[in-house]
Amino acid sequence: MALIRSSKLRQSLDWPTVFIYFLMVGLGWLNVYAAVYSPDNVINIFSWDINSGKQLAWIGTSVILIIVVLVIDYKAYDSLAYIIYGAMILLLLATLILANPIKGSRSWLELGAVRLQPAEFAKFATALAVSKFLSSVNLRQQNWQDHAKLVALTLLPPFIILLQNETGSALVFGAFLLAYFREGMSPLILIVGTVAVALFISTLLFPKLYLVIVITVGLGLWLWANQRILMRKWPLILMIYGASIGMIFSVDFFVNNVLQEHQQNRIKALISPEADPRGFGWNVTQSKIAIGSGGFMGKGFLEGTQTKFDFVPEQSTDFIFCTIGEEHGWVGSVIVIGLFVLLLTRIVKIAERQKSVFGRTYGYCVASIIFFHFLVNIGMTIGLAPVVGIPLPFFSYGGSSLWSFTTLLFILLALDANRKQDLTR
Amino acid sequence: MKYLEDRKYVIQAIFIIVATIYALKLFYIQVIDNKYKLAAENNAIQKNIQYPFRGLIYDRDGRLLVQNMPVYDLMIVPKEAKNPDTLHFCKVFNIPVDEFREKIKAAKAYSWVKPSPFLTRLSTQEFAAIQEYLTDFPGFFINARTVRGYTHQSLAHALGYIGEISPAKLEKPEYAGYLPGDYLGISGIESEYEKYLMGKRGVKYKMVNVRGIDKGPFRDGEYDTLSVAGENLVSTIDLELQQYGEKLMKGKIGSVVAIEPATGEILAYVSAPGYDPSLLTGKEFGRNYTKLQRDSLKTLFNRPIMATYPPGSIFKLVQALIAMQDGIITPNTGFPCNQNLIKCSHGHEAPTNLRIAIKHSCNPYFYQVFRNEINQGKSRNIFVDSRIGLDHWREQVLSFGFGDKLGIDLPNEKKGIIASTKLYNKYYGENRWKFSNFYSVSIGQGELGTTPLQMANLMAIMANRGFYYTPHIIRSVGENGKPLAKYSKKHYTSVDQKHFEPVIDGMEDVVARGTGSFAKLAHVGITVLGKTGTSENPHGDDHAVFVAFAPRENPKIAIAVYIENAGFGAISSAPLAGLMIEKYLTDTISAPRKRWEEWVLAGKFKPKKKR
Ligand SMILES: [Zn+2]
Repeated sequence: MALIRSSKLRQSLDWPTVFIYFLMVGLGWLNVYAAVYSPDNVINIFSWDINSGKQLAWIGTSVILIIVVLVIDYKAYDSLAYIIYGAMILLLLATLILANPIKGSRSWLELGAVRLQPAEFAKFATALAVSKFLSSVNLRQQNWQDHAKLVALTLLPPFIILLQNETGSALVFGAFLLAYFREGMSPLILIVGTVAVALFISTLLFPKLYLVIVITVGLGLWLWANQRILMRKWPLILMIYGASIGMIFSVDFFVNNVLQEHQQNRIKALISPEADPRGFGWNVTQSKIAIGSGGFMGKGFLEGTQTKFDFVPEQSTDFIFCTIGEEHGWVGSVIVIGLFVLLLTRIVKIAERQKSVFGRTYGYCVASIIFFHFLVNIGMTIGLAPVVGIPLPFFSYGGSSLWSFTTLLFILLALDANRKQDLTR
Repeated sequence: MKYLEDRKYVIQAIFIIVATIYALKLFYIQVIDNKYKLAAENNAIQKNIQYPFRGLIYDRDGRLLVQNMPVYDLMIVPKEAKNPDTLHFCKVFNIPVDEFREKIKAAKAYSWVKPSPFLTRLSTQEFAAIQEYLTDFPGFFINARTVRGYTHQSLAHALGYIGEISPAKLEKPEYAGYLPGDYLGISGIESEYEKYLMGKRGVKYKMVNVRGIDKGPFRDGEYDTLSVAGENLVSTIDLELQQYGEKLMKGKIGSVVAIEPATGEILAYVSAPGYDPSLLTGKEFGRNYTKLQRDSLKTLFNRPIMATYPPGSIFKLVQALIAMQDGIITPNTGFPCNQNLIKCSHGHEAPTNLRIAIKHSCNPYFYQVFRNEINQGKSRNIFVDSRIGLDHWREQVLSFGFGDKLGIDLPNEKKGIIASTKLYNKYYGENRWKFSNFYSVSIGQGELGTTPLQMANLMAIMANRGFYYTPHIIRSVGENGKPLAKYSKKHYTSVDQKHFEPVIDGMEDVVARGTGSFAKLAHVGITVLGKTGTSENPHGDDHAVFVAFAPRENPKIAIAVYIENAGFGAISSAPLAGLMIEKYLTDTISAPRKRWEEWVLAGKFKPKKKR
């Protein structure tokens, strides 16, 4: 029975995705070594004393994890979705209480020699839960109760994670909007969200008066051309206009009074890293210099000079892309970006071929989460996104993140491998 | 539903648009905009290790034994030193062209981009002479560090030396904090106290441009750590006595070890022939080391703790003490000087008590003492009885610190050998040996091996009447540090205090009227208690031994003197020990003893056998 299942699994598993996964993880491992490599004191890539040796152990355990995820009855992911979600909420709360603060963050659980970050695992649990929920309701029906439930389901984990002081991991849950969009959420929310973020960043970058003039003139011209809309929806238009102007003038207050100092610094660093290159903008400046100095072809494996010092603890985690950019240049960077596009479009393809709403929604959740990490992580290293500490999936050093992305991806492959059996459902 | 499915195109379009924006932005900063490449060139962070000052070592009176001296290494980065003007370079640095080419080749073989030493251990003067020319040679720079320096030429064997860490050591976990090229103590105190002396390294990060021009500290030194100097050590050595001992041992081979009995502190530690410790610092280290190592006199051999000799007649003191403790003899026991048992020196008064026997070092007397000690009739089987006797006897000998390391704070101490059941079982087979197989142990020959340090320690035991402190050469870590706790523990022998006086009586006679009279210091009011010995040497002339302590009450010094191939201890080692004791106790050599000083310095001892 088990044999039949495993041979069937081998036939129906989506091997291109598996191949891309291992390619990314392998490249990540080499770059983790490059990030910690010091020419003065060469340590073997397999040495347990350095991150590359440990990462190899994480990769090895990930393979075991993959086997476990594939062997478990695929129906369990559907039927146990809420239970997994509930357990994860409890774990997050337990972490909040039990964890020793590390750099102000109460998000790490220590199990003997291993440190785990439950927030990482909340992603796939939430993805399962919201997929389960969406398979039972229809987003297009204007049922406010259902909408409220979905919002609560989505926002509960990031709320606890915010209490753990892990802003980056909490923001990731915003990615679910993309999956909801596919399932019928009004595009307006996506557009309004995007515009709000764009406006927020513009406010930081440009003088406020200019923005007010641009918005006023732009809106005026548009309404002049579409006078019918002005007649019909003038209260809504007035509200949007007021909200925009209000936002422009409240951004400063928000940044200075609501955000904590390190968050303020990250935002300021995005706007003008050059203003204080040795202060808070250092990470941004430094990572741009590292990547920029890579040129077209890069300096070569282990030949980087900018990313070699261990006082940037995030070098092999959140800033791994700097090492790639410096040592492998534009060509290497584009290959990595290309791999992500390949993986993401492949996941969309897999999601679309699912017979169940649960499988499809889950697939989009996976794509959205990976995309969000890709967007923010690479964006911050090249100065297009604020410095938010989230890892680059499959590349960054770290057991929690590798395990969580592995679980996330391979649950989808497990569902996909068994999709034909869903015909009867 | 169809229109919802089409949203997959929107979503994939978002992915591709973001990826394209990122690829374009990357193309801009990596390929088009040169700003970042220039910044990188001006932005290299250099990590400089700040080497701490190695701890200094003082003698017991605060005189400096070991200090630090600045030296300079000329380093090369082959990639940056593209085409140096060879002739100009060789003229400035005063090296032959061939050597220059060879060194360049070696540096390139090591690494094209990493710095490696080109010329090492330049003195301050040499550095001053070349400093102004350095700018003519890109890719070369100076790395300043310190080496050990000495204001004297003494104590090299105990002090030890420092050297570059070996690749084999770098692999070991206990050397995890060291980097290639680091220096560490290789032998002696330098090695034994490495963890205190080394201090803690600091790290300084600075910004440099591609040409290595300093652009100031990195992030205002936020990540820098200060180096912490190593701890200073206070030695137990009396440098003046040490130097006097080395002077007296000049031209001879052997050891002198002097111990303060009340503390176990080593006052003098002479290994002859000696060498100047500064030979193993500075530019000539390699050459000097090879020379010393190939030396036929084995100069680097640390004789006081590594040379083992049969103790000879001195061992009779131990035999007497153990026999009294076991009730085999009393101070009044007499034995005939029966030359049929073992030969003895010609015509001495009859050994009617222990004191006379010690004074004349009577061999037959101690033969009979030892026979009775071994064969106490505990078993009817003579073989079994011998084994029981030997085991019991050996246990007591070990309590004197023989047959095992004493635990001095110097590396490579030897254990020595004490006759044992295990040894004889191997030689003869179980229950196939008895007293007659090892009777020569009675007079300190045969299966016995002791180091000069162990013999000096025996004198400390005699002086203390039954106990010793582990002999040690470092009193405290830190200039005002407390004495090290592990050296304040008394080690008791198996022999009770009361048995010591009769033996000491004999030792007094040895010096006052016997073979040790050339060590006599009665004219300056000091009673020296001693014992001569001759250590049989199968390879040539016997070694002359003299051990002593002084004064009799409240002893201040215990000493062992070994002179190899000098024959009889009475005429060589005894006068030398007398001079050392006088020097230490009175700070000077009295007029009547000056001729002995000349005699010892001349060193023309006529070898002559005597037991
Ligand atoms: Zn005799």
